[in-house]
Amino acid sequence: MARLIRTEKEVEGRYEEVWLVVEEDSLDQWPAGPRQVVGRDAVRVDGRERATGQAVYTADLTKPGMLHTAVLRCPHPRARVTRVELAPALALPGVHAAIGPGDIEQLTADCSFQGAAIAAVCADTLAHARTALRAIVCEFEVLEPLLDPDEAVRQGSLLGPARERSRGDYERGLAEADVVVEAEFRTQVVLHNSMETHQAVVEWIADGVEVHISTQYIWGIRDAVAQGLGLPPDKVRVVCHYMGGGFGSKNGPDDYTFIAAELARRTRRPVKCALTRREENTVAGNRNATIQRLTVGARSDGTLTALGGEFVNAVGWDGWSSGTEGPMQMLYGCANVKTITYGAKLNLPPMKAFRAPGFVEGTFGLEALLDELATKLDLDPLELRRRNHTDEAPEGNAYSGKNLLECYRRAEPHWERRHEVRARSTETVKRGVGMASQIWYGGGGPPSYAWIRVGSDGRATVVTAMQDIGTGTKTAMAQIAAEELGIPLEHVTVTLGDSDRGPYAAISAGSSTTPSMGPAVRAAAADAREQIEDIAEQRGLKGAPLADVVDVLEDSQILGKGARGPNPTGMQVLTFGVQVAEVAVDIETGEVWVERIAAVHDVGRVINPLGASSQIEGGIIQGIGHTLSEERLHDPATGRLLTTTLDAYKLPTIADVPEIVSELVDEPDAHLTNLGSKGLGEPPIIPTAAAIANAIRDATGADVRQLPISREEMLRALREAEARQKEKVGAPAGV
Amino acid sequence: MQLTVNGHPYHVHGEVGTTLAEALREELSLTGTKIACGEGHCGACTVLVDDEPVLSCITLVHAVEDARVTTIEGLREHPMIDAFVRSDALQCGFCTPGQIVSAVALVESNSTPTTEEIRHAMAGNLCRCGAYPKIEEAIRTWQG
Repeated sequence: MARLIRTEKEVEGRYEEVWLVVEEDSLDQWPAGPRQVVGRDAVRVDGRERATGQAVYTADLTKPGMLHTAVLRCPHPRARVTRVELAPALALPGVHAAIGPGDIEQLTADCSFQGAAIAAVCADTLAHARTALRAIVCEFEVLEPLLDPDEAVRQGSLLGPARERSRGDYERGLAEADVVVEAEFRTQVVLHNSMETHQAVVEWIADGVEVHISTQYIWGIRDAVAQGLGLPPDKVRVVCHYMGGGFGSKNGPDDYTFIAAELARRTRRPVKCALTRREENTVAGNRNATIQRLTVGARSDGTLTALGGEFVNAVGWDGWSSGTEGPMQMLYGCANVKTITYGAKLNLPPMKAFRAPGFVEGTFGLEALLDELATKLDLDPLELRRRNHTDEAPEGNAYSGKNLLECYRRAEPHWERRHEVRARSTETVKRGVGMASQIWYGGGGPPSYAWIRVGSDGRATVVTAMQDIGTGTKTAMAQIAAEELGIPLEHVTVTLGDSDRGPYAAISAGSSTTPSMGPAVRAAAADAREQIEDIAEQRGLKGAPLADVVDVLEDSQILGKGARGPNPTGMQVLTFGVQVAEVAVDIETGEVWVERIAAVHDVGRVINPLGASSQIEGGIIQGIGHTLSEERLHDPATGRLLTTTLDAYKLPTIADVPEIVSELVDEPDAHLTNLGSKGLGEPPIIPTAAAIANAIRDATGADVRQLPISREEMLRALREAEARQKEKVGAPAGV
Repeated sequence: MQLTVNGHPYHVHGEVGTTLAEALREELSLTGTKIACGEGHCGACTVLVDDEPVLSCITLVHAVEDARVTTIEGLREHPMIDAFVRSDALQCGFCTPGQIVSAVALVESNSTPTTEEIRHAMAGNLCRCGAYPKIEEAIRTWQG
């Protein structure tokens, strides 16, 4: 029965109260462990079309008469456009239309960050559009930008009020501590760099609009475009069959979609607007920089008595202040925790969600701090974490499931390698092992729906307007339907990617696609299975294989529908894990190599172990880039960005990849849906930076405090450690 | 001008300044070749020119007039495709055609490359999803 509820919905760590119609989840979970199809390795159902180049991405789409767009973007971090003339562009060959400030909300003369869109022109070819763009006359009054996050906090240039979170009595906790460690950590701006840049093809058809777009959220685009264009949502069709990576940056329509829509409206042609790589690395979003001033107090046995932090998120001009304090608030059972988080509003391009926003940065600070504490207390870092583990959520609502201790147990053989790894150090290359824990969301939620049809050939088609952003969710959905129907995986097709062809489906962000969509697909398949069982009974074929029951149906079809049930009331649904890193540090040059990473994560039931291992490897590799090489730089004097090409911005390559070993606890969350599965997209990137930093400390005694750990930062930390050592040795006895 | 792609002769306009990638994608609709950076930094546009891997986004179409061009569309029956699918060596798949073209160029000249040789040959093909370990596995096991 449908039930209307008021509930909290979480995406990327942000909660909102929403009304939801939920259907009861009447199916029992399958017993733990691999089933016939679910829990067993499956190759991607769409692997071949992607590998052969047959998959048509938004970037590959052309429509008859389609025009191409070039966008004039502000080259300054802060400037006012004093003059803009589009006429010279309009006079050039192949040009069909040009728009400027005020023509649509997304084009502005008041530029608050580099890359703000000022004007756009569309033409028969991209080359014509780019030529025309250069003909636009545009003059600026360049203004002084605000670039320093601490200065922004002092001036009160903030996105929303500072966020204060507190439990217990922090000051008393500090007073009770035998040891107090304070440290300041800094993390850099990191760029998503999806291989397919942000882009859309927009065409007005009759009284509606068709939007092909590289997106993580078909239904979010539908709503945002409808609202932006003043259309009823059912007049907006959004299509995305294949998309080339998002990592959190493709949740909304952005300026390019509305630019294409306006140019398409004016020219009555389909219009494509695609960001170049340099535009992508300017305005397509970023993981914002942070400053974290952290304090931990503990008793001599390692019990945490106080955790405190001041966090500054250097958000940029827009976005939100992500939960950088989240790990400090949530990871340990400490009774006294006090944090304040500022979102500094700066003349830099807006941040966007990037794979566990806030928690990647906050875990680096917190878990590095914990290891500095372990060193001071002369405690084993893993033992310190075990002593502060809690199965009772410190912030109220109980955990729906938590197997972090089991993760620690399974990580032990990797942790034990540290003696042997250290022993392989040489005079100039020091080796060590470090670890870090992970906590994050990933429970997904309602609403999400799926339909299924089963034909007389015994084959099934799942229909839902979700998207597969490369995570393999299409494959996972096929596995779930095959399992529930008792048919081979090859007999299931999943159609997705089109808002006109299927029911509402959740966003692919916040590690939510599998936990949101999977239960809906299973419910739809169960609905069909029950109907087939009725037919079996009437045919005297009870218990027979599905294909034998439906073989007389000819053109009749069995239609099933399913909805995602509610999350467990009064519970937090979270994911957990631990990673152990092995590094080598050349103490003469400051070069750091990651040699091995072992990952153990707890995300409930695993649908496809093969795909899951790929997700873990991918997260760790992005984490290694974040830790060692990636950094969006801007010129400190002018604020101009310096790293907009893939030459200047250093992504990891195949040659940077260490040995990666992964394991999943694979214990269904008994309280969560008919599957017990949580999401895995984000957890693997969360502990990587801290595990590497802690391994560096184990190898060298140096405390790295800044990402990326460049050679400069590594040598600075080594010098500091050396000075500390000298001081210790040089101090008179008894002091 | 004439262009030989995957064994077929084509006539293309090839306006001055047209890149090979543009000619393939826009004139011949061979969109398996992807453009991800458009300036020769990422490897997504890799095709074979006389069996050598080449970045088609920074190669002028006129420069390959007398050469044999092989794109991912010409490699659909190559065992490397199955190796990538079998090993789960792709996630979003956008860089994958370029990865496979580079991998084919490697194994056609060296059928059993070492890990070092694989890493050297493939280091110019970026994959943001981080499918690298499985790409290495696919190339190691491409013969099945």
